[in-house]
Amino acid sequence: MTRFSAFSLLKQALNGHKGWREQWPDSQPKAEYDVVIVGAGGHGLGAAYYLAKEHGITNVAVIDKGWLGGGNTGRNTTIIRSNYLYDESAKLYDHALDLWDNLSQELNYNVMYSKRGVMMLAHNTHDVQSFQRHVHSNRLNGVDNRWLTKEEAKAFCPPLNISPDARYPVVGAALQMRAGTARHDAVAWGYARAAAARGVDIIQNCAVNAIRRGPDGAVIGVDTAKGFIRARKVAVSAAGNTSVVMDSAGLRMPLESFPLQALVSEPVKPIFPCVVMSNTVHAYISQSDKGELVIGSGTDQYTSYSQRGGLPLIEHTVAAICEVFPIFTRMRMLRKWGGIVDVTPDRSAILGKAPVEGLYVNCGWGTGGFKATPGAAHLLAYTVAKDEPHPLNAPFTLERFSTGRLIDEAAAAAVAH
Amino acid sequence: MLLIHCPYCEDTLPELEFTYAGEAHIARPADPSALSDEEWRDYLFIRTNARGPHYERWRHVGCGRFFNALRDTVSDRFLMTYKAGLPRPPLPQETVE
Amino acid sequence: MSRYRIMGKGRVDHSAPVSFTFDGKTYKGLRGDTVASALLANGVHLMGRSFKYHRPRGAVTAGSEEPNALIGTSRGAGRFEPNTRATVQELRAGLVTESQNKWPNLSFDLGAINDRAYMLFSAGFYYKTFMWPKSFWDKVYEPVIRGAAGLGKSPTEPDPDRYASRYLHTDVLVVGAGPAGIAAALAAAQSGADVTLVDENPEMGGSLLSDPAVQIDGKPAWDWVEAQLGRLRAAGVRLMTRTTAIGYYHQNMVGLCQRLTDHLDNPPKGAPRERMWRVRAGQVVLAQGALEKPLVFDGNDRPGVMLAGAAQTYLHKFGVRVGDNPAVVTSHDSAWYAAFDLADHGARIAAIIDTRDAVRPDLLEAARKRGIKVLASHTVTTTTGRSRVKSVRAALVRGDTVGAGHDIACDCLLMSGGWTPSLHLFSHTKGSLAWDGQTFLPDRKTEDCEIAGAGRGLWGYQPVLADGAAAGLRALAGLGRAGHDACFTVGNDRPGTGVTHTELPTDGNAGKARAFIDFQNDVTAKDIRLAVREGMRSIEHVKRYTTNGMATDQGKMSNINGLMIAADALGKAPPQVGLTTFRPPYTPTSFGAFCGYLRGETFQLTRKTPIDPWAEANGAVFEPVAQWRRAWYFPKPGEDMHAAVLRECKATRASLGIFDASTLGKIEVAGPDAVEFMNRIYTNPWTKLAPGRCRYGLLLGEDGFIRDDGVIGRLSPDLFHVTTTTGGAARVLTMMEDYLQTEWPDLDVWLTSTTEQWATVALNGPNALTMLKPLVQGVDWDDFPHMSCGECTVAGLPARLFRLSFTGEIGFEVNVPARHGLALWTALMEAGKPYDICPYGTETMHVLRAEKGYIIVGQDTDGTVTPADAGLDWAVCKAKKDFVGKRSLSRPDIVAKGRKQLVGLLTEDGSLLQEGAQIVLDPDQPKPMRMVGHVTSSYQSTMGHPIAMAVIEGGFDKMGETVFVPMPDGVRKARITSTVFYDPEGLRLKA
Repeated sequence: MTRFSAFSLLKQALNGHKGWREQWPDSQPKAEYDVVIVGAGGHGLGAAYYLAKEHGITNVAVIDKGWLGGGNTGRNTTIIRSNYLYDESAKLYDHALDLWDNLSQELNYNVMYSKRGVMMLAHNTHDVQSFQRHVHSNRLNGVDNRWLTKEEAKAFCPPLNISPDARYPVVGAALQMRAGTARHDAVAWGYARAAAARGVDIIQNCAVNAIRRGPDGAVIGVDTAKGFIRARKVAVSAAGNTSVVMDSAGLRMPLESFPLQALVSEPVKPIFPCVVMSNTVHAYISQSDKGELVIGSGTDQYTSYSQRGGLPLIEHTVAAICEVFPIFTRMRMLRKWGGIVDVTPDRSAILGKAPVEGLYVNCGWGTGGFKATPGAAHLLAYTVAKDEPHPLNAPFTLERFSTGRLIDEAAAAAVAH
Repeated sequence: MLLIHCPYCEDTLPELEFTYAGEAHIARPADPSALSDEEWRDYLFIRTNARGPHYERWRHVGCGRFFNALRDTVSDRFLMTYKAGLPRPPLPQETVE
Repeated sequence: MSRYRIMGKGRVDHSAPVSFTFDGKTYKGLRGDTVASALLANGVHLMGRSFKYHRPRGAVTAGSEEPNALIGTSRGAGRFEPNTRATVQELRAGLVTESQNKWPNLSFDLGAINDRAYMLFSAGFYYKTFMWPKSFWDKVYEPVIRGAAGLGKSPTEPDPDRYASRYLHTDVLVVGAGPAGIAAALAAAQSGADVTLVDENPEMGGSLLSDPAVQIDGKPAWDWVEAQLGRLRAAGVRLMTRTTAIGYYHQNMVGLCQRLTDHLDNPPKGAPRERMWRVRAGQVVLAQGALEKPLVFDGNDRPGVMLAGAAQTYLHKFGVRVGDNPAVVTSHDSAWYAAFDLADHGARIAAIIDTRDAVRPDLLEAARKRGIKVLASHTVTTTTGRSRVKSVRAALVRGDTVGAGHDIACDCLLMSGGWTPSLHLFSHTKGSLAWDGQTFLPDRKTEDCEIAGAGRGLWGYQPVLADGAAAGLRALAGLGRAGHDACFTVGNDRPGTGVTHTELPTDGNAGKARAFIDFQNDVTAKDIRLAVREGMRSIEHVKRYTTNGMATDQGKMSNINGLMIAADALGKAPPQVGLTTFRPPYTPTSFGAFCGYLRGETFQLTRKTPIDPWAEANGAVFEPVAQWRRAWYFPKPGEDMHAAVLRECKATRASLGIFDASTLGKIEVAGPDAVEFMNRIYTNPWTKLAPGRCRYGLLLGEDGFIRDDGVIGRLSPDLFHVTTTTGGAARVLTMMEDYLQTEWPDLDVWLTSTTEQWATVALNGPNALTMLKPLVQGVDWDDFPHMSCGECTVAGLPARLFRLSFTGEIGFEVNVPARHGLALWTALMEAGKPYDICPYGTETMHVLRAEKGYIIVGQDTDGTVTPADAGLDWAVCKAKKDFVGKRSLSRPDIVAKGRKQLVGLLTEDGSLLQEGAQIVLDPDQPKPMRMVGHVTSSYQSTMGHPIAMAVIEGGFDKMGETVFVPMPDGVRKARITSTVFYDPEGLRLKA
């Protein structure tokens, strides 16, 4: 692997960039691997990397039906934060944040993790109560998050409209300074390159049709578009398609897949210094390094695998953004796209052993999977290598849906009165 | 924006007039107390999440009625809608991959 | 008259000059010009700077696909927009424009230093560097990168303009009013079908407007267009110009953005700037034509290098000669016609350089007649000129050998790499494409649509017109209608063919060639090849690694060239490499158009109660609760919130308070099986509740957690008046309907939402009964104890009266039909005067209820709280075999020890706790601390000290124990108590 640096870039610039090698080879599947990971997104590629690096397991294949990083990794609005309410969530996402912090150096690939701060807007008394609860909980957990008055929020993000006459006036905000964004494609590519350098095979354009189990019920491999591949351990990290893959192993999941839409504006010079989220009006916004306003919306109401989504939701999302940031109505939408997010009943992920020997699952990240990428990858690798969950992902079991020990971030933010 | 046929109003109307109501043909058990925790979990949380034809429920806000639909989740196209309480119709052959 | 304008030529109005400014300098154009055509008429080609290298750029197109000539446009305060395409923006009087992405000015831009260091800024360079030292990313590298990126500047003021939206249902929607679209609309309109024809340009006619010499049915092209538009109008066809079909959504819904005022000198006051149409069409005909491709060679991006078709458009539509001495380089016949037309209008063509060895003899003959030098089998290896192209170097190609080049002087260079069918909207539908050896054509359809004309790869007006008519007929057939075939005779047709290239061969160092593919994003052919060399094998990877196709033209100029080169580098056929997905919108579309009416007050309507006007007139401060605005408190002069609330609380406890509770959700549950239904839905028992009595009702989700609550009155054996929380009303009704319709259709029950039908006024205080009695008729006060209800009149108004209390005082809720709400309120205020009646708001309501330990669902519970957790086990009827949520209450973790339970908290130092504050048992432990719960409610109370409620692990067994609340400014100590702080015996209710 050619090491990336300013020096190597300069050297290559002088010889017309002739010396760069492929960042990962175009692998064909072998007959057998120690571990097969289904899904070559950031989570799956990252898990392969950590299996190789931290657990010495290098006979690993990451298999994807399309191009690597082509699912939600390459379709999200790249928000990274860890200011979650429940201890279990905050610790999990903060673990990811710790890894994000050093990821460019770790992978020798600039993933452009930008700690520009994520600000969540409170629009009413209920929001204030809920965000204060987050702030205090985070503080005692050692997770960065603080409360801002609306004036402080405006100072931090000048385009913000804090007029009390707004339909949803801003009354304050919670700010996690350590949070921010990263370059989504670079995360997939950086992990792919680093994993491939340690011997991992990345097999693209090869659909996994079924997980095959032996007579004793344990996993024996996967049937793919390129034939059967033997493996005693299979980890499914297939986001929106998890239900379909797991079904082939005879397991039905507490998951539903919904379209999630996002859009970018035309690029402009820096105007928006941070990430702002408003759960009340359902919109999220930041500005990419390229200058585009990156805007995310909530999920469409119906389950779908179409990666399409409808116009009404986008209209609402844009309207919500313009309500909070009225200077943007004359900006133009450049591109709108959709992803498929897999959602659990309590809106928290499932990361651990499946009730089949040799089968592991990482899913249910809903709209928040990107921020978890290094953490989820790291913990999935641990769980696969040790055949038991790490304490950080131990609460995120499938079993919680029968015992009732839910980690309900969504319910905790539930609006009532 | 999807177009949806309400089998009660017998009218095809835009999605904005409807709300999605989850997977269909998951009947509430007659005697929940007789169920194990796992069986009860299956009723509460386990979903088919089909990629392709999917039996699901919608509510027409206009008339207030819940009804069932068979919709292809890959194309988002409705294959049929039918009244609540009717048995699950078979999958149309041409949509089975 | 400016030098490059041809007297009397074009569709511009030569008698109507229009002034505008560009970078502070005033220019004159003509009515009908775009900014680009007017600047070109003034000899200005330099209009912008590119994204990465800040290279000088001019207009390369004459349409909405323009990647280079992007400008800022403004019309006074709040009306500035960046990145406007100069090739689209029509001139209007007083238009102010500016160039972008340059400093200090357009002709001398310091950012162009990047261009000198271009070898460093190869594809994906930023992934490989800026990593050391780590801290530099946030503080140095990223700010520099961000500052250098972006094109124009964002608006900085709120937009004073309005935007509109409308729905439209039409039988046939035709997108694109060129020859194919017009023919399709004519065919579709003949059967009486409702037809809509839209075009993004100010005028209909498409390519015919740039080809006036063509004759159709014996008429010159422009006359023919005018006649057909007249026929369409007469047939009732809806003709919409300046209207872009931005997206093709499910089931033939097409979004149209119509630009209404940006071209007007003086827009009518209040007129919307743009209107979004959501069109539902029976059939859609896509006749969007084709887009010309640039050729890829070193220096193909200099100002003055433009598409041949664009030059033809500037000539014929705008009467502008883009240069006096154009050179032409092409791989397609179409550029020859552009050369001929320019030659015929006074330009001296420097040369036609064709990459093909065999050129049609008639073209050669036509060139010879005009004295134009022709160089067949030639390539272009480079160009010169900084702010405008000065020369082009042509070289003979024999097999793989590029001969010696020679420079040809020119003042502009017209290029054509052939044409790409415009299939963006078709791709939105997930329709598939097929490769025909030259380009992608539409293949499998998913929607009821037809593609016509150049969009199907057809060339020449004769086949395009016939195809348009056929598509119109097919659309009719799709509607079950029929029409007659149409036949067109075309004279002076200009048929043509061409070949598709990768980058043109060169004798120079290919590694140093600056052969641009994506002009705006500065992606060159060697960037694509580098990406492939680095392992980017998917076209999506190539796109994302190089940013090819990610500019504001969304790949309209660059996708196919990028694909051809990537495929070549991969050694694969283009269809094996595939195309990136086109996404809406077709061209960048203002946020305002998407917002439409969803702005300001109409972003989301505010629900107001019938009593809201009184509250507003009497100085209430409001708070938003769900969709409602509610009176929060009623400050008297000089009072802050705290003082006002304390006064309201005390007045209510001392005598009488009045509160607008109209936002409470109300549902009528009626029918012979109403009681059975209630038994199944709510946790409580209902069978023995006598008519005329009320009961607190608790509603769970099937998961066992509290969803809603409220007092429910049984008005008669088969009629329950259910109340819900303000925010929960719709949810609860939906849930009830769901169970009733789908689980228990056998129950004979009707559910009706009556939230908006009733105005509800709450009276609370020791004098409530005394005050109310004289106003009420029809109640037997001897049989109307606490938790009673009945129908009666209050102040002469028909009412449903509830005797209940959410304050701990004697209380009533009077419901009257909403139209009488204000009258009731006024009557009660009047009657309450002797008792110093005090209107109070939601904050006082919260304090009074908290003093009594009454919970607010959503505040003291959060969706993870069971009845037992909330101390509401008494409301759960254990004897019932089943009710919604019952089974979940016996799940292992729900019956486990250590669940968080709702208790009261009193601070030791008498300080007020913050809602949301976290609770620990050991305040000295290191972080992460083990938290055992949090404060859910906290208020200054009427008892002289603050009170709080909290959920705490095992709280019921910890009564009297001390817990700790670590705050940033120190740890508070608090004692766990009952949640009932005030009148625990409930004596005041019986008074």
